[in-house]
Amino acid sequence: MMAAAYPAGYKYTKDHEWIEIAGDRGKIGITDYAQEQLGDVVYVELPEVGAKLKQGQSFGTIESVKAVSELYAPVTGEVVDVNSQLKNKPESVNSDPFGSWMIAIKLTNPGEGGSLLDAAQYQELLK
Amino acid sequence: MEQVIEAPLKKTPLNTRHRASGAKMVAFSGWDMPVEYAGGGVVREHMAVRTRAGLFDVSHMGELEIAGKDALAAVQRVSSNDASKLQVGQAQYSGLLTPEGTFVDDLLVYRIAQSHFLLVVNAGNIAGDYRWIADNIRDAGDAVAVDASSRYALLAIQGPAAQSVLQSLTGVDLSSIKYYWFAHGEVASIRAMISRTGYTGEDGFEIFVPPQSADRLWQALLEAGQSVDLIPCGLGARDTLRLEAAMRLYGNDIDDTTTALEADLGWIVGWKKEEFVGAASLRAQKSAGVARKLVGFEMLDRGIARHGYDAYIGNEKGGRVTSGTQTPFLKTAIGMAYVPIQHTAPGSEFDVDIRGRRARARVVTLPFYKRAK
Repeated sequence: MMAAAYPAGYKYTKDHEWIEIAGDRGKIGITDYAQEQLGDVVYVELPEVGAKLKQGQSFGTIESVKAVSELYAPVTGEVVDVNSQLKNKPESVNSDPFGSWMIAIKLTNPGEGGSLLDAAQYQELLK
Repeated sequence: MEQVIEAPLKKTPLNTRHRASGAKMVAFSGWDMPVEYAGGGVVREHMAVRTRAGLFDVSHMGELEIAGKDALAAVQRVSSNDASKLQVGQAQYSGLLTPEGTFVDDLLVYRIAQSHFLLVVNAGNIAGDYRWIADNIRDAGDAVAVDASSRYALLAIQGPAAQSVLQSLTGVDLSSIKYYWFAHGEVASIRAMISRTGYTGEDGFEIFVPPQSADRLWQALLEAGQSVDLIPCGLGARDTLRLEAAMRLYGNDIDDTTTALEADLGWIVGWKKEEFVGAASLRAQKSAGVARKLVGFEMLDRGIARHGYDAYIGNEKGGRVTSGTQTPFLKTAIGMAYVPIQHTAPGSEFDVDIRGRRARARVVTLPFYKRAK
């Protein structure tokens, strides 16, 4: 499998989540590196719309054949949408990690995105 | 303060080959082993074995030999199954048991000659098994145990196409080797012991060769397998394959706290044999009945019940999950667990605590997967 390119417009966390911020909204998923480490994803467990999350708080779990790991909120905010397609097609996290958003969040403090890593900094972290 | 000094990981003769091919490596029982290969992954590797063929490096497994005029008596003492039923060229699954009937290890016993046996044991148990066997056969007459692990590399080719791939490299008539029998011959001009066994629930062969020939055999098998799209497979797929086939994994499903009867492995106990280590305890347990038993289950609720998770009968903690995964072939979440004997009938239900959430599981008949003959 070809490694997916790291979108320059996204922000990244040390826990290997990405967030695509537009105004006070952000879509959140996990990076190509994270899906590669997990291997074949079989379940993604996500919160309900309306859930309030703090930056760094667990918002769900992702489970592969090999392992289970927590998903952490890159920013503080309220869940406004959940990608229900991942219920039936969790493997899309493997095939298209940067297109497979998990939750959409309304940022409490849109400035919080500035504290996250950009694509170059994140890829530096992976070295 | 106690100081723990970790020994460096051991390497199979194929270690450099695995690393060069981009395999993801993990520490397993003190060995540096491939868990999955680049371009593969657990699901693809699993499916290759179920539908075509997969190639495994299992050289980490240990080989102990017992030889001497009284070798059969020695094997009979330490191995739970009845080795007197083995003809030369035949193998059987068995256990090394404690006096309590619990597992020191599980193993395959090969009868290489009338008074010469090869015991294939788990990688993490080689030294312990050897000491335990040597201690227990000391007064068994003319028999000596040798740890011959360094003299063998072991490759496994598994899957419906395994025979045709291997046949293209050997003059040995593979169709004449029955399940759990073996033969000696050459594979790719390498002297080998070819055994129709495996840990996948699929047809296939395990090939014992000298370590210095392992890389040549690996390459030859990969090349011969190209026509059927054979791929190398790691420990990840090995685990999901063996679990679908309900083969026990030492350290997960069986260990020195679980007896052969609790593990539902009464069929590897030679009940008619004379005394062997663990016999008295097992006979007592058999007549009294076991309090718990290993069962197979499938998840009714979403989630994977993994090794070590607690099983609940109502509100009472009543058991423990020993293995669990999402199976790539059956596409359901399955596992094995010890549960109280009154809840072991197929159809019985229990709950598993999946990280704080209760998920329903139902007992099903083992194995989960059985290949069409």
